[in-house]
Amino acid sequence: MAFEYAPAPESRSIVDIKPSYGLFVDGAFVDGNGAAFKTINPATEETLAEIAEADEADVDAAVQAARRAFRSWSRMPGKERAKYLFRIARILQERARELAVLESIDNGKPIKESRDVDVPTVAAHFFYHAGWADKLDYAGLGPNPRALGVAGQVIPWNFPLLMLAWKVAPALACGNTVVLKPAETTPLTALLFAEICQQADLPAGVVNIITGAGGTGQALVGHPDVDKVAFTGSTDVGKAIARAVAGTDKKVTLELGGKAANIVFEDAALDQAVEGIVSGIFFNQGHVCCAGSRLLVQESVAEEVLHRLKRRMATLRVGDPLDKNTDIGAINSAEQLARITELSGIGDAEGAERWSPDCELPASGYWFPPTIFTGVSQAHRIAREEIFGPVLSVLTFRTPSEAIEKANNTPYGLSAGVWTEKGSRILHMADRLRAGVVWANTFNKFDPTSPFGGYQESGYGREGGRQGLAAYLKGGQA
Amino acid sequence: MPTTAPTDPAAGLASYSEVTKDERALRRFLHGLPGVDQVGAEARAAALGTRSIKTTAKEWALDLAIRMVDLTTLEGQDTPGKVRALAAKALRPDPSDPSCPSVAAVCVYGDMVAEVKSVVGDAVNVAAVATAFPSGRAALDIKLADTRDAVEAGADEIDMVIDRGAFLAGRYQQVFDEIVAVKEACQRPDGSHAHLKVIFETGELQTYDNVRRVSWLAMLAGADFIKTSTGKVQPAATLPVTLVMLEAVRDFREATGVQIGVKPAGGIRTAKDAIKYLVMVNEVAGDDWLTPDWFRFGASTLLNDLLMQRTKLTTGRYSGPDYFTLD
Repeated sequence: MAFEYAPAPESRSIVDIKPSYGLFVDGAFVDGNGAAFKTINPATEETLAEIAEADEADVDAAVQAARRAFRSWSRMPGKERAKYLFRIARILQERARELAVLESIDNGKPIKESRDVDVPTVAAHFFYHAGWADKLDYAGLGPNPRALGVAGQVIPWNFPLLMLAWKVAPALACGNTVVLKPAETTPLTALLFAEICQQADLPAGVVNIITGAGGTGQALVGHPDVDKVAFTGSTDVGKAIARAVAGTDKKVTLELGGKAANIVFEDAALDQAVEGIVSGIFFNQGHVCCAGSRLLVQESVAEEVLHRLKRRMATLRVGDPLDKNTDIGAINSAEQLARITELSGIGDAEGAERWSPDCELPASGYWFPPTIFTGVSQAHRIAREEIFGPVLSVLTFRTPSEAIEKANNTPYGLSAGVWTEKGSRILHMADRLRAGVVWANTFNKFDPTSPFGGYQESGYGREGGRQGLAAYLKGGQA
Repeated sequence: MPTTAPTDPAAGLASYSEVTKDERALRRFLHGLPGVDQVGAEARAAALGTRSIKTTAKEWALDLAIRMVDLTTLEGQDTPGKVRALAAKALRPDPSDPSCPSVAAVCVYGDMVAEVKSVVGDAVNVAAVATAFPSGRAALDIKLADTRDAVEAGADEIDMVIDRGAFLAGRYQQVFDEIVAVKEACQRPDGSHAHLKVIFETGELQTYDNVRRVSWLAMLAGADFIKTSTGKVQPAATLPVTLVMLEAVRDFREATGVQIGVKPAGGIRTAKDAIKYLVMVNEVAGDDWLTPDWFRFGASTLLNDLLMQRTKLTTGRYSGPDYFTLD
């Protein structure tokens, strides 16, 4: 008899979503001048709230507020700034369940991920950078490094709160003030974070949060009084930003797309490699810039790995993001679903073989089943372009050098994974893989102490760790 | 390893006769099994432990867990009276609720088999530990005599221990031959045989690679069940060790067509833990293993917690431990 898990929904009652939200500028919520837009729950298509749109004047007001706040914030002793960051980190922990539920409602990601990964890592980033605030002299950037000024930060919808933490925590620890624009489909946790800044008595103007779409982001990164631009998102937008800031003295870090190779050798611990393949591509519905979206498996074990992978995929539970037993939640937007559907269709047309386990998808909302394509070659578009969804392309290799050649044959270079029980092979591969992060016998692990960033079209600059501080300080290079 | 199950289990097993023909072949085979990554296996076990089993699923799981318990007492101080009381509890774990199922078996030392049998008859199985339990340190003929005694006394199941010293020293053939010999000693005159559970004492084998190897070794030697621990050594059963064993029985059935049972024993004390094991069985080996024929809990205190949780689900209230019988 089958073990049917009864629904185990996390309660929504802990979050209080207001009917409408303004912009967070100079420590207070204000109306925006642009046309308000709606944010929806991608699992149900229900409208959650109306969100103000910041126009150029709003952006200017936010940048000016950040500029005013910068004078005192940058001069404040590091240990005093640290107190605010520690306080924010503790409040994030205290309100963890509220943040996790809100993140899952607005983004579509399963509650077990927002609860066990996103929110704890967010708090960890604030704790970690709080520790740096009074130790910047020892960051290896030379004596007495100074803050840059106002940071204009634009973040994506895949990890709304985590990307906010990656951007805001180091900026503040280094003495900068920020104007941050969350993605238009996932603004709610950033706005809740604004409330947390108020709760922590953060001085007005140190953190400003403005909502809107691409135009708002353009106005922010193009604003003449922004000293530093930090962006995480698509390579196309990243290129546009690089063009927009060219010729100015703005410092820029870009964390863009990826098409990571997850390389499984014949001597790998196969059951754990299968887990790593699954978490590499199906974690967060595959909405991960460093997702292991290209599986490179050694030919001698390819059949067995695929058999095990399919069996494992059949146990993945797709559905209500708030159900504690859900493994794969909703695709974040209709637009993204259309892109995943289109690229998968191209995979079919190019002759790759598509497979998904039997799984019933909810009738409303945006859903895509976990999918693998076999018989994929380097020439296929699904092996080259970022799908940003739960779609894995499977390729094979025979020798380590072929694996390296195929793994590096991409315009990207954000991450890679190596699975082998042989330690020397891990080092050999890590030396030769052109990727910002190489995971060995694991995948998609994030830690504030570890720098993260890419090669080539995956962007430049590093976030996290000592190296990440260099992006927010002047006075020497790391 | 072939990826589809052979239709004829005898032929499936026979295809492995080459790997068990001598010490070298056996070693090559066991050392050729894919390794187990410790961090990854523990992370997988922990992730399965976060499944949330509520309401109807919990009701179903609690009853199944009760039906899977091998209610155990293995103490030097065991008396016939205590064993009879345990046997009575195995039949009717909750005397106030006739809908509460019996447990799977009562597990005792060989000399107590007849006592249990006199109470439970054929309604509940009797399992006896044998082969110089728990250390396994005795000559082979003594281990075999121990086994035969228990079978003659009416044991339905024999829980043997392997020679961990031999295994850790790499004398795989010796361990293999011993299991084969004990299995022969489980034969009854009528041609049937007592079910053989092979205890690894995984707390002494320590690595997951060893757990995977010993699982295959025991299955190839004819074990009907593979069991984690005696309960006398810490750590006893853990979720990751059971994960590796469940992967082994799953892979073994795919390779040979032969299904083998799994029994974690020792250290499982709460209903919450038991449910984590059932989730793992469900998602790793599959629901074919979700019956007392193929999965057991070796436990004593676990039963009362299962009963308390069961009563809580039906009445909505917790009762204190005083409302459940002490073994």
